[in-house]
Amino acid sequence: MSDKSMKAYWSRNLKYLLILLSIWFAVSYGAGILFVDQLNQIRIGGFKLGFWFAQQGSIYVFVVLIYVYVRLMNKLDKEYDVDEK
Amino acid sequence: MDVQIWTFGIVGFTFALYIGIAIWSTASSTKDFYVAGGGVSPLANGMATAADWMSAASFISMAGLISFMGYDGAVYLMGWTGGYVLLALLLAPYLRKFGKFTVPDFIGDRYYSNVARTVAVICAIIVSFTYVAGQMRGVGVVFARFLEVPVETGVYIGMLIVLFYATLGGMKGVTYTQVAQYCILIFAFMVPAIFISFQLTGNVVPQLGFGGTLSDGTYLLDKLDGLHKELGFASYTEGSKPMIDVFCITLALMVGTAGLPHVIVRFFTVKNVRDARKSAGWALLLIAILYTTAPAISTFARTNLIQTVSGKEYSSMPEWFTNWERTGLIQFDDKNADGNIQYVADAEKNELTIDRDIMVLANPEIANLPNWVIALVAAGGLAAALSTAAGLLLVISASVSHDLIKKQIKPNISEKGELVWARIGSVIAVIVAGYFGINPPGFVAAVVALAFGLAAASFFPAIILGIFDKRMNKEGAVAGMVVGILLMLFYMMKYKLDLFGGGTQEDWWFGISPEGFGSVAMAVNFVISFAISRFYPAPPEDVQEMVENIRFPRGAGGATH
Repeated sequence: MSDKSMKAYWSRNLKYLLILLSIWFAVSYGAGILFVDQLNQIRIGGFKLGFWFAQQGSIYVFVVLIYVYVRLMNKLDKEYDVDEK
Repeated sequence: MDVQIWTFGIVGFTFALYIGIAIWSTASSTKDFYVAGGGVSPLANGMATAADWMSAASFISMAGLISFMGYDGAVYLMGWTGGYVLLALLLAPYLRKFGKFTVPDFIGDRYYSNVARTVAVICAIIVSFTYVAGQMRGVGVVFARFLEVPVETGVYIGMLIVLFYATLGGMKGVTYTQVAQYCILIFAFMVPAIFISFQLTGNVVPQLGFGGTLSDGTYLLDKLDGLHKELGFASYTEGSKPMIDVFCITLALMVGTAGLPHVIVRFFTVKNVRDARKSAGWALLLIAILYTTAPAISTFARTNLIQTVSGKEYSSMPEWFTNWERTGLIQFDDKNADGNIQYVADAEKNELTIDRDIMVLANPEIANLPNWVIALVAAGGLAAALSTAAGLLLVISASVSHDLIKKQIKPNISEKGELVWARIGSVIAVIVAGYFGINPPGFVAAVVALAFGLAAASFFPAIILGIFDKRMNKEGAVAGMVVGILLMLFYMMKYKLDLFGGGTQEDWWFGISPEGFGSVAMAVNFVISFAISRFYPAPPEDVQEMVENIRFPRGAGGATH
């Protein structure tokens, strides 16, 4: 692979990582810890929202994040022709 | 049929299954022994990773721990799942492309130095031993309660089983037994959870029952908050730990998870990079089933417990109460001699002490579930403990036979010779682990949770920088790892073992507990690595090329020496 397309591939990868990890941080450290008291003012059914994020919601989002990453990267690999045959 | 017979039957059946798998999957090469031949499917690897990862602590202790911690228990829930996002995005695909057998392999090659390799081996052994001792203890405790044999006998039986399939089958045997163990442990965890959720809230999905209403129409969590208030405990849905500590513990556990060698090494066993990514997804999905159910169980168990015991007559307690009292895990001291049980926050007046470890194990009895469910939980607890123990023992044996003997002491050892050493290594590791299981030194219980801090402070930065910073050299990485792990060990010994002058909670740096200090030590590791590396020359051309090469998937072959 040429240097130039390698650089482009890598910077796209880093961009994906940055976005996905920001969401990762926001749901766990943000909603589950730093802003838990504010979110606890909101209720969904029997849950206070902050508490729900800390003990349930963040975990669901983690799972989704990995699957989104797998899809994005499989597409990116094909686009730059570095996928595994 | 009584519980004893059910337990012997179900546990006996699962053990026979593990041994059968071990015989079927005997390892014939080092590649089989270290990475199960390298062709494990993503789903099978996901299941094996989940079982490898979910230890006796996840299965037996975690729900109980959370039921006593309330909101603060979130540190374990998020900490032990969020690490997989880091693993999937930042580590697994690249390490799979690198394609070697062990974590010290990567550190040694990437930092072109046997010093770095040896530091990594020592870190791997410290982390794995602190962790494995707790597992063997867990096996002993389950045996002691359900089969009424002494804890020691339980540990011996556990050692024999692990010895058999880990030594014979290596990674190959362990992988396929872990697949079976995942199925058993998740089934055993979910069945009582579904029963109890339905009993309490009328909803069969525990994750929904968690936010559901009780028969009197109040929300479960509101009811529990109310009960807590009445008895003087802190509100269940609000924490009592300082926010900074919750933050740091969660971070240390997440990063530690991503840095644990026995977890990372599982991703060397799949066919290619795409499968490594996919199997991280499977692993977290399968883990999340247990981890989203556990906090629901915590609230069910807590509510059931308070309603069963609080203010009730001691003589009217159900059978499970006396059963667990006999093991010493429940203690009742009738301070005001009125024959009733006062379970309150005020230590002066409280008459009941409950070991948090029994919450999951006693849960089916508390909820009056059929005997086969109780026996199933015993088998599940054993599956969780054995699968994790086996994974850790393999890391220790590979560190010795591959990273020390093959890579450093006897580089021209034959394939057969290395395989013999790998087996010897695993036998020694089992014996040492069993010894700690039978004679748990006081500090083991205290340091198991800290294995994560140690992994976070040592491996994680070295691996991340090795992949994402091409300029990182051996001087930086070694200095970072050494300072990181020493700082973590120092803090641990000072505040957990009372060495170096000791100290209490008031003396903690920035109010951060030893459990959370791995985050700080990790940050220090990053800073030191980065600073030192800029004073020394960049790594050689071929190493930089290797870093370029692991950044894209094409061309990942099987794992090789």
